[in-house]
This record gives sequence, structure tokens and C-alpha cells, in this order.
Amino acid sequence: MSDSSYYVPESSKLPIFMAFGLLLFVLGASFTMNNWGEEGSNAHWLLIASFAVIWGVMFFWFGSVINENDSGLYSGQLNQSFVWGMAWFIFSEVMFFFAFFLALGYVRLFAVPWLGGEGEKAITNILWPGFEAAWPLLVTPDNEQFPGAHHSMAIPEISKLHTWLPFWNTLCLITSSGTIALAEAGLRKGNRTAFKLWMVATLTLGYIFVFLQGLEYYEAYSHMGLTLGAGIYGTTFFLLTGFHGFHVCLGAIILTIMTIRGFGGAFSHHDHFGLAAGSWYWHFVDVVWIFLVLVVYIF
Amino acid sequence: MSAVIDSHHDDHHHGPAKGISRWLYTTNHKDIGSMYLWFSLIMLFIGGAMAMVIRAELFEPGSQIVSPEFYNQMVTNHGLIMVFGVIMPAFVGFANWMIPMQIGAPDMALPRLNNLSFWILPVAFGILLSTFFMEGGAPNFGWTFYAPLSTEYAPPTVTFFIFSVHIMGASSIMGSINVITTILNMRAPGMTLMKMPLFVWSWFITAYLLIAVMPVLAGAVTMMLMDIHAGTSFFKAGGGGDPVLFQHIFWFFGHPEVYIMILPAFGIVSHIIETFSRKPIFGYSSMVYAIASIALLSFVVWAHHMFTVGMPIAGELFFMYSTMLIAIPTGVKVFNWLSTMFKGSLTFETPMLFAIAFVALFTIGGLSGIMLAIAPADFQYHDTYFVVAHFHYVLVPGALFSLLAGAYYWIPKWTGKMYDETLGKVHFWMSFLSVNLTFFPMHFVGLAGMPRRIPDYAMQFADWNMMVSVGAFLFGISQLLFLFIVLKCIYNGKEATNEVWEGAKNKGFEWTVDSPAPYHTFSSPPSLESLKTSS
Amino acid sequence: MFRAIKYSLSLLAALTANFSFGAWSDLNMSPGVTQLSQEIFGLHMTVFYVCLAIGIAVLLAMAFILFKYRKKEGVKPADFDDSTALEITWTVLFALILVVLAVPATSVMIKAYDNEEGDINILITGHQWKWQYEYIEDEVGFFSNLSTSLDKRNNLAPKDKNYLLEVDEPLVIPTNTRIRFLITANDVIHSWWVPDFAIKQDAIPGFVNTGWTYVNEPGVFRGQCTELCGAYHGFMPIVVKAVSPDEYSAFINEKKEAKIQQALLTEKLWTVNELMEIGEATYQKNCVACHQVGGQGIPPVFPALVGSEIVMRNKARQIEILMEGVQGAAMASYSEQLTEVEIAAVITYTRQAWGNADSGDGKIVIPKEILDYKTNKL
Ligand code: HEA
Ligand code: HEA
Ligand code: HEC
Ligand code: CUA
Ligand SMILES: [Cu+2]
Repeated sequence: MSDSSYYVPESSKLPIFMAFGLLLFVLGASFTMNNWGEEGSNAHWLLIASFAVIWGVMFFWFGSVINENDSGLYSGQLNQSFVWGMAWFIFSEVMFFFAFFLALGYVRLFAVPWLGGEGEKAITNILWPGFEAAWPLLVTPDNEQFPGAHHSMAIPEISKLHTWLPFWNTLCLITSSGTIALAEAGLRKGNRTAFKLWMVATLTLGYIFVFLQGLEYYEAYSHMGLTLGAGIYGTTFFLLTGFHGFHVCLGAIILTIMTIRGFGGAFSHHDHFGLAAGSWYWHFVDVVWIFLVLVVYIF
Repeated sequence: MSAVIDSHHDDHHHGPAKGISRWLYTTNHKDIGSMYLWFSLIMLFIGGAMAMVIRAELFEPGSQIVSPEFYNQMVTNHGLIMVFGVIMPAFVGFANWMIPMQIGAPDMALPRLNNLSFWILPVAFGILLSTFFMEGGAPNFGWTFYAPLSTEYAPPTVTFFIFSVHIMGASSIMGSINVITTILNMRAPGMTLMKMPLFVWSWFITAYLLIAVMPVLAGAVTMMLMDIHAGTSFFKAGGGGDPVLFQHIFWFFGHPEVYIMILPAFGIVSHIIETFSRKPIFGYSSMVYAIASIALLSFVVWAHHMFTVGMPIAGELFFMYSTMLIAIPTGVKVFNWLSTMFKGSLTFETPMLFAIAFVALFTIGGLSGIMLAIAPADFQYHDTYFVVAHFHYVLVPGALFSLLAGAYYWIPKWTGKMYDETLGKVHFWMSFLSVNLTFFPMHFVGLAGMPRRIPDYAMQFADWNMMVSVGAFLFGISQLLFLFIVLKCIYNGKEATNEVWEGAKNKGFEWTVDSPAPYHTFSSPPSLESLKTSS
Repeated sequence: MFRAIKYSLSLLAALTANFSFGAWSDLNMSPGVTQLSQEIFGLHMTVFYVCLAIGIAVLLAMAFILFKYRKKEGVKPADFDDSTALEITWTVLFALILVVLAVPATSVMIKAYDNEEGDINILITGHQWKWQYEYIEDEVGFFSNLSTSLDKRNNLAPKDKNYLLEVDEPLVIPTNTRIRFLITANDVIHSWWVPDFAIKQDAIPGFVNTGWTYVNEPGVFRGQCTELCGAYHGFMPIVVKAVSPDEYSAFINEKKEAKIQQALLTEKLWTVNELMEIGEATYQKNCVACHQVGGQGIPPVFPALVGSEIVMRNKARQIEILMEGVQGAAMASYSEQLTEVEIAAVITYTRQAWGNADSGDGKIVIPKEILDYKTNKL
């Protein structure tokens, strides 16, 4: 294994600055949320400052990793550490989504039927006379406090498929998983033009996805009455697609940076871990989306 | 690190930097390990002081020293700090110190990440503790923070609490990624997985547990955040959600979490027992399989904390059976430890005393766990002091004792000095007696019907509670002695030999290097053969 | 040392005295008074003895090993490090023990989950921090509050046997009748536990859990809330009085009668003093937990009523707060818990007491206004 040597960076100021950035973030986010809508609250500046610090540190952090790599400090073994690190990081993200899928499964299989007078705890319905279990849940048990949506996001009949945004979204994401694979393949073969082209294609598809998702949210809020406050259907819809969308954005940012670096001449056919990691992340986002389409929109 | 570092910055690489910047900027696994350990010791005193407030309030029936509101804040923060601020960081500290040394690696795989994992912990706990001084007071909804008490009915500081849990989670996830990567990628030549020391194995599996469940906890607190600030209805029946959903998600994290707090303890204790028995560990591979089975089973038992929430009967039975199964691998471990000591040549230095007490008292806690697992009986036990007794037996003479044992065992290697053996034994006996005095009577008041999380209680529980409080104060004082012993060892201890313990021959790489272990341990990876021939 | 001896002696007593339950009632679970509770108790004892036996076996083996194999001059330690046969043996042994435990546990579980309807169905609702009982068939109900005085809790008066386990109005149930409890909550999760019935069911807001009991002999049974539900979680006891079916009918009739009387009361002409008297009593019972005896509250969470704008000058809003509660705050609606008279009286009381009348408008509220509020809402 450790045939050559393993690079251990000398002390570094980056982590402690990152910790400081997170401190600012927590204080900023908490105060902002707690003082929401109050006159004269300046907490959001704290939040903004924290983003500046965090992004700044990230910039220098990745920068120094790249420099160290370029100056040949990294052994194959160390690169393997990055591979494992990224792989298990993605696994942890999978588990984060798992919690939300679990929530969706639970409300659909248990909570909503019970509230509606079905299943083993049907008796619960005495508290919600008139409420009926259904999914998508458009009329909530307490429809005054949580007015349900007028329409659901569910898949329409096949002939109207082309009017259904998630269909285009799915198309975009799946294709982009393919294009990024092509980009990597191009790089590995040393064909930099193909690499750049496919990267740009991937990014375009990614940004289209984000745009369409934004459009869909706009539709939901302005025409369908589907909001965060629309009961559990809106709740799970927005949180699942929202966190997914957030991860798409992250992935898109990573890939944008990789593309810019690629245009600047970075990455070689055998050494391009940054790009590979970005592309795994992208595939992960894609897989989550497929599950999401199945359970949020279709079934 | 060795070769490369040496060739690149040859001048200042053989010792640590000086002053505060050494600790702020360090990437050295030993520095970071020490910081984790000190952090956790400080937290032990803070969380322990809260326990003392709890016990003072419960000394007698009637209102004693704090209001009910503040009592709840004490209980909540005591639980949170002990779990997330003491036991977990302490084990990470051990991991940082020992894993690279035990597998013959120069350092952890991702040293800068390692530093970050540590330094965000003080951030998280600083924020958590600062809520005591904010409007509405600190979190007061129990360390299990069940919705809607922790959402619609929580003090405004819950927002800070949520983000601080996020940060603790991030710290654990990064720490585990580091541990896994180190173990997978940096073992000395010839050290196959099935030749790894048991402590390394236990952490390997613990790290997987952490990566799998900390994100789920993050999900749970995120849902709370949304329910509080964004009007969602995860835990609100009116919108079609369910407060019990919170419990399912929490315990999906929470049960593996309790094994996260015990598996590394198993590892530490295994090493100590084999060393002071002067024998190889009995059933190495079944030990490994047992840890793995406990970890796997821990994902399917979570609802045994929820037998009274009104689950369908199929659920009650399933979770009862799956929980009971955990007794098998755990029993295997207990019997293996006994067999390791069997026909050994036992001596009873302080680490061994704590390790033996661990086995004995953890068994008691485990057996009360089996009683709790019997669902219909749990209807009577649930949320009484019987549960409090159970988990303190597995956590205090369990996890905490294993930490003390490990600290005594390795401190000569860390500092190069010997602790005072006589004082160590005094510490052990005081702790051992008072820990039982504290937590054993809790079984009685629990069975007799005393609910947990109450600041005042009915007359029939008075006698035992007073005894518990006395025991708790004694136990608290005993831990002050521990602090003294550690400081005395560092500043005034006798020089320790490299092998430290007579029985440590052949028991791992850490005993082949100098005491104190050099700042950079292995300049070139050691080989397993060298371990064999060194004896 | 003395304590250790005393402690081990009592432990010994605990383990040997199982034939006389009375003697160790504060060491062990109570067997309870229903068939189910006794079966659960039996199960508990079975599991306990099995675990005790395992525990003793492990500890004895350990003591033996520690003593026998302590380091001696010239004795070399063995160096074996496994034995597949042994390991399989004890694995199988553990599995067998677990099966032995699982069988009775399953059968008791099935009995506990018998979900038939009861002859009498009682809806139990947990509130911060009191229980509400409604007899579904008879359409009567009431609230049950802790009745231990603050003086006792603050050590200003001697405590007695039922300290913290006494309520102003116990739940009354008939003997020899199958009773089903429908358990829910109004705000946070509570848990309704009566050890003697072996019922512990969480009260989940928005959901209904069930439990049932069948009591043979009259008696008084006490329990407590067992789910952390906020500051006064320790102060919401449960008292159940089992009486003969005849007494039970009398009790229900009395309740029905009182309900009619109440309706009439709102028609009466009230004097300020009458209202103040009822108001003070109501306040002591329902409001002091949060707003404190002197009305000073515990800011910022529980606002002071002394000098409060609403209490001094905004009668309409105060009625609304009492009737509707405050969304998202601990201040609950009292329209169901208190009678019209009590609500009017407690509002009057807060508007008059503590000098509020002098600095505010001093308006009083009569029960009729509350009734009007209710009718207008409908
Ligand atoms: C380190 C932490 C730790 C560990 C290791 C355990 C171990 C176990 N726990 Fe515990 N538990 C907690 C920490 C821990 N627990 C905490 C913190 C809580 C409360 C949380 C809260 O509500 O705040 C809790 C609560 C808790 C409950 C919920 C009680 C309730 O709220 O009503 C239950 C119920 O099943 C339970 C069961 C068990 C079981 C079966 C084990 C088993 O793993 C034990 C296995 C060990 C043995 C059985 C002993 C050795 C074996 C032998 C000698 C072999 C022979 C034995 C047999 C064949 C039986 N635990
Ligand atoms: C690893 C975890 C851990 C550890 C080590 C401990 C340690 C202790 N715990 Fe803790 N406890 C929990 C985890 C832990 N606990 C959890 C998870 C809960 C549940 C919380 C909840 O319900 O939400 C809980 C709840 C809990 C309760 C129940 C409260 C209630 O339900 O109302 C009690 C009551 O006695 C208690 C007591 C103690 C005591 C006396 C110690 C002692 O062992 C502490 C000893 C340490 C010290 C004392 C520190 C050192 C000394 C000093 C600070 C100097 C001062 C000393 C003196 C003045 C004498 N704990
Ligand atoms: C569980 C705790 C609790 C109890 C019991 C309680 N209150 Fe309140 N009360 C509150 C809280 C919290 C508020 C603040 C609500 C808000 O956010 O405006 C409040 C607000 C009020 C107000 C408005 C005061 C102001 O200035 O805003 C009045 C009047 C009031 N309560 C009267 C009563 C009366 C009368 C009773 C008894 C019948 C009572 N409360 C019982 C918690 C309680
Ligand atoms: Cu109600 Cu605890
Ligand atoms: Cu558990």
C-alpha cells in the first residue's frame, strides 16, 4: 500500500476560518429566522457575511489542494483517499434524502389513512369528521389552517405529457448524466474539444433544469395554491424537490467551476479527480431525481 | 508524511509549532486527538454540573433549588451534552490518537478536514450553551426533542439548537469519512482487514453507523425548522402530518446512536482485557462479526423506544423481536471477554479495573435493556426511572468507564509519563461504589412508578432519591479526582517505558514506538512482521 | 461502607421478598388490579428472573475467574484464542433463552391489543397541564387538575401521602364493566398512565390511541403523565375512582344535572363580589401556573397580567383570548374547560385585582357576555 509517501499538509489556517464562517452562519441564520419580519433587524448581514467567508475559504481550500496536486505532492494513495472521501460523502447525502423519503412514505402509508378513518387507527377520524384520506392530499384535515392546493402536481394523462414540466426535467437530467460521461470519456482519450463541448452541454441541461424547476414553483404558488403551508402534500413536494433542486444547484456550481478550469487547461487524461468527483455528484443527483419522480409525481 | 514533508520543508517539521496557533491550525492527528479529549473532559464537567443540579433538585420532594422550567433545561442539556459533547468527541479523540498508530499510518487520511471536524464542535456547543442567556431560555424539550413540544411549543432558541445540531452532525460525518478513509487506505503493509486491532474495527463500523444516521438526524431537525419557520406540516395532524413521524425519524437515528456510544468502548475494553490477561483475545473473528451484527441490527430496532405511541401490533412485535436479537452478539462479546481472562495471568492496574467494571456493569445495563425490549412489560417501564437506570448503566459504567479505562491505558503513551497508580485505584473504587449507589436504586423507583423528567415527585420515592443524590455527588467528586490525576501525570509523572505494560508485548504498533509517541509516528510504514519479532 | 451494607441488604430483601408484595411495593412494580396488569406483572417477573439468573451467572463466573487466574509467580498464562464449539454453544443458548422470553411476551401483547369497543367509552384529552375526561355516550365531561397546594410544593406546608398525586375531580368509572379509553391531546404529546391498569398510552395531538380496562373491585388508582409535555409535566396526575355501577349512574346523573344548572346560572344577576370570589378561585386553579399568583407572569414567555394593556383596557380582546387561546403560544382556549360563569369571573378578577382597576378602565364581564360571544360565533 503506502509504497511511496503520504503528504500531510503542514498546519493550515483554512479549517479554523471555515469554523468561524460556520459560526457566523449559524448566528446569522438563527437570528434572521427568529427576527423575520421585525423592523430594524440586521441579522441577515451576518448571514451574508458568513457566505462570503465560507465561499472564500472554499476557494482557497480547493485552490491549495489543486496547487499541491500540481506540484506533485500527491501520491496515488492520497488520491485514493479523496476517492473514498467523496464516495462516503455522497453516501451521507443519500441518507439525508432517505429521511425525507421515509417521511413521505410514512404519511402516505400510515398518517393520512389513519386521519381519514382507514387502517388500524381509524378511530382517529372522530377528531376530523368529514376528512377523507386521499393522495395527493388536496383537502387537509384542518383545511382552514392548512388550505390544500387546488391541483396536484401528479402526472397527467399520456397525451398531455409534453405540457408536464417534470417530464422535460427528467429528460434534461438523464441526458446530462450521459453528456457528462461523454465529457469524461473525451478527457480520458485526450480529446479536449469533445470534453469541453460535452461539459457545456451538461451545464446547459443543468441550468435548464433549474430554470424549469423555478417555473414549476412559480406555477405552484401563483396558480395552483400549492404552497409550503398547503398541508403535507405541499410540504413533502417542496421539501423533496427543493432539497433536490438545491443539490442540483450545488452540482451545477461545481461543474461550472470544473468547466472553467477545463477551459483554462486544467485536468489531464489520467489526473482529473476534481472533475470525476463532480460527475459522481451529478450522477447521484440524477438518481435521486428518478426516485423522486416515481414517488412524488407518479405513484 | 515523512519523506515528502521532509524533502519539502525540511527545516521545521519534527515538532509542533508553538503557542495557540499550534492548536488552531494543526493538522496533526495527535494534537487534534488531544483537543477532542480535552474538549470532552470539559464538557463532562459542564454536563456533570447539570446532573448535579438535577440531583440537588430531586434530593427531596418539594421544590428545592430551581424552577420546573429551568429543571427541564437542565435535563435537556445534560442529555445533549453528555451524548454529543462528551462520549462522542471522546471516542473521536481516541480514534484520532490511536487509529493511525494502530494501523501504522503517518496520520489521518484527510488532515485538514480533521482539524475542521474538531473546531466546529466548540462552535456548536458554544451556541448551544449561549441559549441559556437568550430570551426564552435554553432548549427544554428533552434530548429527544419530540415535536410538537420542540416545534410549536418551543422557546425561540430552538432555532439555534437546530443549527447547532446540524453542525454537530457535520462534525461527526466529516470525522467518520476521515476514519473510514484512513482505515481503508492507510494500513501498514500486510495488515489485512481481519488483522486489524479490534479498536480499529469497532471504529470502522461505528463510522459507518455515523455516516448513515447523522444525515437522518439532520433531516429531522431540518423538518422541525421548516415546521417552525416555513409553515410546513410534517408533524402537524391538521395538515396531514403526524407528531409520531418525528419519533420514527429521530429514533432511526437515535438507536444506532446509542451503539455509536458503545461500539468503540467494546474495542477499547477488548485491548485492555487482553493486555492485562497476558493472553490473546478470545474469538477475534466472532468479536468482529458481533460488532457488525450489532450495527446492522441497530437499524431495525428503533421503534422499541416507541412501544407506547400506539403502533399497530405487528410493529410492536417486530420491534420487540428484533431488539431481543441484539442480546446474542452482545452476549458473544461478554463471553469472549470472560474467556479471554479465563486461564490468563491477571493483574489489576487501574485500566483493567475499569475494564472489568465495564463488563460487569454493562451486562447489568444490557439485561435491563432486554427487560425493556419486552414490549408489553415496557408499557409499565417506559418513561420511568427504570429506563433512566438502564441507560445510565450502559452509558456511565459503560461508555464513560471505557473512556476512563482507555485514558489510563494509553496516557503513558500519550504523555510519556506514568499516572499515579494508587490515586488511580482510589479513583476507581470511589467511582465504582458511587456509580452503583447512584444508578442502582433508580431501578426501584422506576418500577415503583416514578416518571422521568419530573422536577418533583410523590412521597413514596423520597428515600431512594435521596440515596441516588448522595451517590451522584460522590461520583461527581470522584471525577474531580480524575482531573487531578491527569494533571499530576502530565506535570509530575514518572517517565514511562515504551512498552508501558508488561502484558503489552506484541499487542500492537503503539507499544513499539517511543513514549511519548513522537509527533510524527511512522516515518515509514511499519510491517506486521516487526511486531511479531519484537517480542 | 455503612451505606454499602445497608444498600446491599435492601437489595437482598428486594430479591427475596417477592412472596409479600406489600413489603416491597416501593421496590418493584405493582401487580395492579386488572387481569391484564397482573399478566404483565407476571411477564415482568419472568423476564426479571431470567435476567437475574443470567446476571448472577455472568458475575459469578467473572468473580471466579478474577480470583482464580490472578497473576501468580511461575504460572504461565494459556494462549488459546478461540473455540468454535464453545462459541456455537453459547450462541444457541442465548437464542433459546430469547425464544423462551418471546413466547409469553407475544401472548400478553395480543391480549393487551384487544381492540373491541367498550361498554363505556371515555375520551381523554391531555392539555398543558391537565386532563380532560368526556363520557362519550352520556355527553358529560370535566377537567381534572392537580389539587396539591403551592404551599406544599414550596415546602411551606407539610406534605402528605398523596402529595402530587391528588386532583380536584377524579375520573369515575364503574366496576365490572369494560371501559375503553380514547386517548388524545390538545397541544403537545402527553401520556396517560395508570400503573394499576397497566395502561400507558401516549396522547398524540390529532390522533387517537385506545386502551381498555376492566376493574373488579372499587378503589382509587393513581398515575401520572409520562411524556415530557413542558414545564409542568410533573404536575398533571391522574386519579381514577372505580365505583359500583349504581354509584356510577348516580354520578353521571349528577353531572347531567349540573350541566343544566350551569346553563341557568348565566341568566342570573351577578354582583362584582360574587364574580370576584369565583374568579379568584378559578384563577388559582387554572392560571397561576403561568401567570403566577400575583399576576406578574414569567416574562417573556408568560406575560404579566398586571398592567397589561389588554387586561386593563381591551375587554373584547381579553374575552377573545380566553375563548380562543393564542395561536402558537401556551395560552390555550378556555371555552371548553371553564363554564361561562368561570370565564366571566376570571376575566373580571384579572381586571379588578392587583390595582388593574385603578389604572385601567375597570370594566367587568358577566357570564351573559360570554354566552353571547359563544352564540354569535355559531
Ligand atoms: C450505550 C448505550 C446503550 C446501549 C448499549 C443500549 C443497549 C440496549 N438497550 Fe438501551 N437505551 C439507551 C442506551 C443504550 N442502550 C438510551 C440512552 C435509552 C433511552 C433514550 C431516551 O429515551 O432518552 C435506551 C432505551 C432503551 C429502550 C427504550 C425504553 C423505553 O423508553 O421504554 C429499550 C427497549 O427496548 C432499550 C433496549 C436495549 C437493549 C435490548 C440493548 C442491548 O443492546 C443490550 C444487550 C446486552 C445484553 C443483553 C447483556 C449481555 C448479554 C449476555 C450476558 C448474554 C445473555 C443474555 C440474554 C440471552 C438475554 N434501550
Ligand atoms: C453519556 C451520557 C451520560 C452521562 C455520563 C450521564 C451522567 C449522569 N447523569 Fe444522566 N442522562 C443522560 C446521559 C448521561 N448522564 C441522558 C441521555 C439523559 C436523558 C435526558 C433527557 O431525559 O432528555 C440523562 C438524564 C439524567 C437524569 C434524569 C433526569 C430526569 O429524567 O428528570 C438524571 C437524574 O438523576 C441523571 C443523572 C446523572 C448523573 C448523576 C450523572 C453522573 O454520572 C455525572 C457525573 C459527572 C460529574 C458530576 C462531573 C464532574 C464533577 C463536577 C462538575 C464537579 C462538581 C461536583 C459536585 C458539586 C459534587 N441523568
Ligand atoms: C399554559 C400557560 C398559561 C395558562 C395556564 C394561562 N395562560 Fe394566559 N397566557 C399565556 C401565554 C404564553 C400568553 C401570551 C400569549 C401571546 O403570545 O400573546 C398569555 C396571555 C394572556 C393574556 C393576554 C395578556 C397580554 O398582555 O398579552 C391574558 C389576558 C391571559 N393570558 C389570561 C389568562 C387567564 C385568565 C388564564 C386562566 C384562566 C390564563 N391566562 C392561563 C399562558 C397561559
Ligand atoms: Cu402531560 Cu407530561
Ligand atoms: Cu434503542
